[in-house]
This record gives sequence, C-alpha cells and structure tokens, in this order.
Amino acid sequence: MRSNRLDAVLPVIAVCTGIVLLWYLGAVWLNWQVVADMQARAGNAPDLAQMLSLTLSHARPLLPAPHQIIEEMWRSITLPPITSPRSLVNHAGVTLSAALAGFGIGTLAGVLLAVAIIHVRALERSLMPWIVASQAVPVLALAPIVIVALGALGMTGLLPKAIIAAYLCFFPVAIGMVKGLTAPDALARDLLRTYSATRSQVFWTLRVPTSLPYLFAGLKVAVAASVVGAIVAELPTGAQAGLGARLLAGSYFGQTIQIWAALAVAAIVSASLVGLLGLAERAVARRMGARA
Amino acid sequence: MRTALLAALAVLGFAATIAGVHAPGEPDAVTWAGLLLSTGLAAWLVQQLGDAATTGWRALGAPLAFGATLLALWEVLVVGFEVPMALMPAPSAIAARMLVSAHLLGQDFAQTFLKAVLAGYAIGCGAGFGVALLADRVPFLRRGLLPIGNLVAALPVVGIAPIMVMWFGFDWQSKAAVVVAMNFFPMLVNTVAGLAAAGAQERDLMRSYAASHGQALWLLRLPAALPFIFTALKVNAPLALIGAIVAEFFGSPTVGMGFRITTEAARLALDMVWAEIVVAAVAGSAFYGLVALAERAATFWHPSIRG
Repeated sequence: MRSNRLDAVLPVIAVCTGIVLLWYLGAVWLNWQVVADMQARAGNAPDLAQMLSLTLSHARPLLPAPHQIIEEMWRSITLPPITSPRSLVNHAGVTLSAALAGFGIGTLAGVLLAVAIIHVRALERSLMPWIVASQAVPVLALAPIVIVALGALGMTGLLPKAIIAAYLCFFPVAIGMVKGLTAPDALARDLLRTYSATRSQVFWTLRVPTSLPYLFAGLKVAVAASVVGAIVAELPTGAQAGLGARLLAGSYFGQTIQIWAALAVAAIVSASLVGLLGLAERAVARRMGARA
Repeated sequence: MRTALLAALAVLGFAATIAGVHAPGEPDAVTWAGLLLSTGLAAWLVQQLGDAATTGWRALGAPLAFGATLLALWEVLVVGFEVPMALMPAPSAIAARMLVSAHLLGQDFAQTFLKAVLAGYAIGCGAGFGVALLADRVPFLRRGLLPIGNLVAALPVVGIAPIMVMWFGFDWQSKAAVVVAMNFFPMLVNTVAGLAAAGAQERDLMRSYAASHGQALWLLRLPAALPFIFTALKVNAPLALIGAIVAEFFGSPTVGMGFRITTEAARLALDMVWAEIVVAAVAGSAFYGLVALAERAATFWHPSIRG
C-alpha cells in the first residue's frame, strides 16, 4: 500500500521538479539579453555567477523566476491590509464572489432547465439541439455585450460579471443533468412502475440519486468555467478590482511578476474550488452508499 | 398536412407582425394581438413537431421552428418597443450591418480564425499528441504528466494571454500561442487515455504475432484511440476560438474579431459586435461540424457511429 502511493507520487514530483528546473533555465535564457544590454550600457563586465543572479532578480523580467513570483504573492497577500487595492486577497475576493454568484445562478438555471426538459418532450426536441450547438460557439465573446447592455440599464459591479459566469456554468450543468436524469435503466424504471410509483416518486427516489454523479461532473467543469468567466468579464470594462483587472493592469505597465502572481492566485482559487467539489462529491457518494 | 398548414400560418402571422412594427408610427393593438396569435401558433407547431416521432433530417424541424420563432420574437419586440441600439439591436439591423461591413468582417475572420486559431489548433493538438506518444513509451513520464494534465483542466489557462502578448508581440503569433497552451493538455490527456483503450486480448494477439511496438501502435492502439483523440479535437475547436478572441482583448493590431468586439462595444455600436458574434458562432459551429464529420469518416466502426 505504502509503496503504491509512493509509485503514484514520485513521478509527479519528478515531473514538477523538471518543470521548475526548465523554468529557471528559461528565465535565465529569456532575460539574458536584456540584462546583458543593461550591464554593457552601465560599463560593467559581470562574470557568469553575477549574470545568473542578475537574470533571476530582474525587476521586469520577460519570464520571472518561480521564487520571484512566490515572493510577490507573499508580499501582496500578507503585507497590505486586506481592503487595500494592493492586496491580492482583495482582488481574488472580488473575482471569487462574482464567480460564485454566477456559479449559483448558472447551476440553478441549468438544473431547472434539465428538469423541464425531461418532463416536456417537445422542449427536449426543440431546445436540446440548440443547447448542444451553443457549446461550439465561443460564448466568452459575448462578455462585452452583456457588460455594455447591463451597463446601459444601470447595472454595474458584481452582477454583470456574475451573469457571464452563470452563462458559462449553465451549459455543462444542464447537459450533465439531462444525461443524469435520463440515466436510470429500463429495469429500475419498470420496477418502480410495478410498485405503482407516482411520477414525483420516480423523480425523487430514482432519477435524482442516479443523476448526482453526472451533476458533479458538470459542476466541476462549471466551477472552473465560472472563474474564467469572472476573470474575462473584468477585461473589457477596465474594472478597478479583481484578478482580471490585475492581469490587464500588469500587461499595460509591463509588470510581469504581478501578472504571474495574479495568474498563480487564479489557478489556486480555481483548483481549490474544483477540489472542494470533489470532496463534496465523495461525501455525497458515501452517504448514498450508506443508505443503499 | 396539418403541420404544414400550421407552419404556413405561423410564418404568415409573424411576417404580418414584423411588417406591422416596421411600419411608421406606433404599432397598434392589432399588431400586438397578431404577435400573441402567431406566438401561440408557433408554440403549437413546435409542440407538434417535437411530439412527432421522426428521425434523420425531419428531426431538425422542431429545433428549427423553435429558433425561427425566437428570432422573429426578438425582431418584433426590439423594433416594437424601440429598444435602443446600445441595449439590443434587432436581427434585421445585425443582418444589415453584416452586409455593409462584410469586407471588415472578412478581414477580422482571416486575422483571428485563419491565422491564429488554425495555426494554434494545429500546433497545440500536434504537440499534445506527440507528447502523449512519448508518455506512452515512458510510463514514468505518463504517471507524472497525467495528474498535472488533469489539474490544468481546472485552471484558467486563458489568463496567460497577457504574457503571450508580451513574448510574441501584438500580431496573431501571440494569439496562436494562447491557443496552443489551451489545446495542449486536453489532447495529451485524451490521447494517453485512448492509447490505453485497446483490449488486452487484441494486445496479446499482436504480441503473439511478434508485432513491434510501432506496428502494435499503428495497427491496433492508434485506431482504438481515435474516438478519444476526436473527443479532444472536438473539445479543442471552440476552446481555440475563445482563446484567440480573448487574447485579442489584451492587445492586437487594429484588426481581429476580439479587437473589433471590444472597440465597437466601447462605442456602443452593438450591431457590429453582434455581427462579429454571428461570424464567430458560424465559424465555431462549422469548425466543430467539420471535425465531427471527419470523426464519422475515421471511426465508422465505432458503436456510437454505427448506431
């Protein structure tokens, strides 16, 4: 058992170490020219060791070294008070609240639509093809329209971002839920018919429990999409706060370390949301297993 | 027969209502009553089409009727209530804008789709496929890369756009780089899963024929992996378009779909924004459709295709 776990973890650690090493090499290689030019202009002739340390500590590197990103994250998370616009926690909170609000709205809408679709046959025939087709459409391109249209109605701030995030969440949840609610096999349905179960009894005792794994698969896709939606929604408006605003500001002012730190925080937020859903899924599965 | 009559009535009703709202002056009560009547007819039609058990091309009737009804309703409501352009343009206004600006739309399409999306898609999928073949040869690499690939699926990869713009400049190369990053991992994860999909019996058979690794790969395991590879190709098609458009939000030459969407949205010229969206939607669906067609041709033996 122990050696099995080691077998699983060792390759991941090795590959991660390889990536970090490659990253350092890349940082030296990409920043070499800039640093060399600067030193030549200053009339210095640094030796190799000095060059290495200079390329890895440049203030505006083409590719910051991992330790610079971690330092920047540490500085902007711990030093300023949480309410200050320089705090990454503040920005992450703004984006997270929009993403979670959108996730809630989108999930609710997706589940309701799925329930309607499995009960009304005409709805499935007429609506489902459009839902599937809309997966092939670059939905995020709609973000500026939503922001502008809602802005014209006097709605700004959290709500437009949440709506874009909700729009992205909606499809994976709806499709997963329709699949899940129609997943019970004929045998189980026939059994319930022999018990003369009503439609709502079939729904609550058979369809809903069967759909949960599908729902969670959809939710995991949706929550990652909601973070992307919230970040992208901050781009076209020139938002003042949020991880997307941070990315945009960093790209305007060439603050590469700031961009990478914001990206790292976005990755952590997104990965922990998906991780939390995974935990919830396991807890639900355990409860259902205990009941069966 | 009844369905055809119903469809004709609904089309006539909506045509009359659209003419009514487009006529000068406030739309009168008759127009609104006509709208209610036509919507009712259309709903009935969709219901009829949806309940009829049809297959093949005739199954398209219900979704098409539904979509046409929505489009007609959109037109009537936006024109009838004089919704301002900054909020929501009418479909007719969008179509007019598409005709007038066809040249501009074509340029944006060439810049974003033909250059950035296609190049990035080819490189990203190719690289993911190549690394998957390598990981298949080296189990240690596979066990290390797979968890990372699954993790990346949960990350907002499109956020690297500002960095790519900084590295590769404003032109399409930086957009293609974002597309590469977005397409690489889905392809890697799916191909690795697909290469493990061939059954143990078939693999034993290949071994009993003394087939080399390359022969087993080419004759057995790659064909068995094709459904997985096409899944990645289909997932990646819209991702590529999204990546290229969003990357243009971070800086681009004065051409491109993402550039046009942001600048025209800032000028409140929403008809142009919607025109770009229509182009993006058609391009995205056509791209996806082509990949799906290729899938049908290449994996004709798979149960999901044979039906």
